[in-house]
Amino acid sequence: MWKKLNKNTRKNAVTYLMLIAAYLIMSVLQKGGHLSNLISGMLVLLCVYAIMAVSLNLTVGVLGELSLGHAGFMCVGAFSSALFTQLTMNTGMNAGLRFFIAILTGIVVAAVFGILIGIPVLRLRGDYLAIVTLAFGEIIKNLCNVLFLGKDSNGIHVSMKDTMSLGMEADGIVIINGPQGITRTPKQATFFIGMLILLISLIIVLNLVHSRTGRAIMAIRDNRIAAESVGINVTKYKLLAFTVSAAIAGAAGALYAHNTSSLMATSAKFGYNMSIMFLVFVVLGGIGNMRGGVIAAVLLTVLPEVLRFADDKRMLIYAVVLILAMLWNWTPAARTFREKHSIRRMLAGRAGRQQKESGEAAATNKKEEM
Amino acid sequence: MKKFRKAMGLVLASAMLVASLAACGGEDKKDDQNVDSGSTNGEAVLKIGGIGPLTGGNAVYGQAAMNGAQIAIDEINAAGGINGMMIEFNAQDDEADPDKGVNAYNNLKDWGMQILMGCVTSGSCTAVSDYAHEDNLFLLTPSASSLTSITYDNAFRVCFSDPNQGVGAADYISQHQLASKVAIIYDNSDVYSSGITEKFTAEAQSIGLEIVASEAFNADNKTDFSVQLQAAKDSGAELVFLPIYYNEASLILSQADAMEFKPMFFGCDGLDGILGGVENFDLALAEGVMLLTPFAADATDDLTVSFVTKYQEKYGEIPNQFAADSYDAIYIIKAAMEKAGVTADMSVSEMCDAMKAAMTQISVDGLTGSAITWSADGEPTKAPRAVVIENGAYKAME
Repeated sequence: MWKKLNKNTRKNAVTYLMLIAAYLIMSVLQKGGHLSNLISGMLVLLCVYAIMAVSLNLTVGVLGELSLGHAGFMCVGAFSSALFTQLTMNTGMNAGLRFFIAILTGIVVAAVFGILIGIPVLRLRGDYLAIVTLAFGEIIKNLCNVLFLGKDSNGIHVSMKDTMSLGMEADGIVIINGPQGITRTPKQATFFIGMLILLISLIIVLNLVHSRTGRAIMAIRDNRIAAESVGINVTKYKLLAFTVSAAIAGAAGALYAHNTSSLMATSAKFGYNMSIMFLVFVVLGGIGNMRGGVIAAVLLTVLPEVLRFADDKRMLIYAVVLILAMLWNWTPAARTFREKHSIRRMLAGRAGRQQKESGEAAATNKKEEM
Repeated sequence: MKKFRKAMGLVLASAMLVASLAACGGEDKKDDQNVDSGSTNGEAVLKIGGIGPLTGGNAVYGQAAMNGAQIAIDEINAAGGINGMMIEFNAQDDEADPDKGVNAYNNLKDWGMQILMGCVTSGSCTAVSDYAHEDNLFLLTPSASSLTSITYDNAFRVCFSDPNQGVGAADYISQHQLASKVAIIYDNSDVYSSGITEKFTAEAQSIGLEIVASEAFNADNKTDFSVQLQAAKDSGAELVFLPIYYNEASLILSQADAMEFKPMFFGCDGLDGILGGVENFDLALAEGVMLLTPFAADATDDLTVSFVTKYQEKYGEIPNQFAADSYDAIYIIKAAMEKAGVTADMSVSEMCDAMKAAMTQISVDGLTGSAITWSADGEPTKAPRAVVIENGAYKAME
């Protein structure tokens, strides 16, 4: 049955199964108390970064455009969803429903920003998207740092100066407090929801890639002129892929915002360094390879934490590991070595030998199975 | 099909291996905890965790804080510990990032932390205090000054809060009639700086100080201040309030001097370190700068002299207020523990409850203030000290 499936379907199924297995193993370990506090505290964060890797992989790997501002989309998603939650917190709305709508808010707002940026920029050729998204990320980060928003009995007040100029009544509460950001958003993001969103975004992206639309997008990536000549609407498909990518980043942001009680638009969190970090996940995992991106995101996020015992040297170890991983993935010598000693080949080789040895018996078995 | 079965077998086998390894890890940890609780062997140990930025842009503050704490712990251990318990200290890096702070906190919990001295920075402290509250673990931050950092009843702090400093500075300027027209230059991407500015502005309005210019910069543009200084100069300000850290302040002082703008400068505890903390800075420019600081490294009381000598011997530099805050923090923990009669076999939660009650009853003489007391909301009560820089040294102001 497995063999009859399309090669891509099989590959995707392995990815999904891997995620589900990872979820089950982690939950069982967590329930049994065998997981260290460190790892169990990081589970949601790992989901967030894995989702970001999937999102950026769509832009970089499938669409073939460079985005250096993906942290900006995450930031937009995080702030808009946290804002929604804060505004509706004491209205008696069901907490689960509120969280669901908050995630949708994050997705929609990030998608709108994706469209706004995509419309002018994706019509151009060359590296313009990289430049514009780089600027976008920085602008969003700085805007969030000077934004003050409060709520009182008269409604919502917004200021770009300070909380004093909000001019609120005595019962007013400040929700977005400039550089202090949004504090004490209820921690509703769980590992289950994180995994669910990761799985859904993977299904969306993988299905998109293997659909008619996905083939059109990849045709544009591989040869724009050829794609145009067969009548593909280049801007439309580029915009579509980029918007989906931004929307997924928004979902990651929403998840992130509901996992931290101190959401601040710092350079370390939403600056371009973070965007580059996402790019590193994608490149290390293999451009266009969703599964690899997710694995790289998880490894690179966990690594600095498990290396804590090495104190200052962990930064050095981290860099060395990164370089080694790049060499392992991309140098010709390592590739030939990997091909020679790959697990798949070993399995195939052994299976082949066994088949010969057991001769007819195996062949009849196989027939029966099929 | 066969291949698939083999692959599945491999996956399951490795999953089992991982699970068994993790299980082993868990058991090992439990054994460790038994040893540490002190019931099995004679030497009782108290585990204090520290969280602060040891790498990255704010590493100066975190490293100083952990060094200061280490000195206090060495002293206490040499003198026989707290209630006979030796202190073990574990400092973890959070890069001033809330997520990394939570990771550091969880890591310390795996280590068996019983008391947390941290976090050094406000944002990280706000995030961590949530988790510490859930675990009912006692938290004393040396230097997180934001109001949101210690909202819970298990959290206390050593330093002044942002509002406290902003209001204190405005009152001081007004009471001593230093100036009537004030300009502010602050970092609007920094929690500390914008927090003080906000309260300073509010207090200034209510007591009749005129703020003629309020100029912001941010973390990405903090090398050229000519625009902000020009605005302050044009507005005719007599005094420029600098609620920022000393690195930026040193640039502002140099650039103001270059454009022949010579108002009075007034800062908060972030300015501490301007004498000796900045390379290639002409100390003559700092003459006459006034600042509110709880700690002055060249004070002549015995406690400060002994601390500064030890710090210099061990780390080769002059301690700043972060080091002093965390040095005090360890002694405050000691005082509260002795008051509460804490023993090492208490659970984290029992210890926290005992400490919470004790904190409001103790009075501590430290480097950053004498007879410091705490209210149940975690805020310290101590008098702000104003100093003026004269002949390259701090001199207390009346």
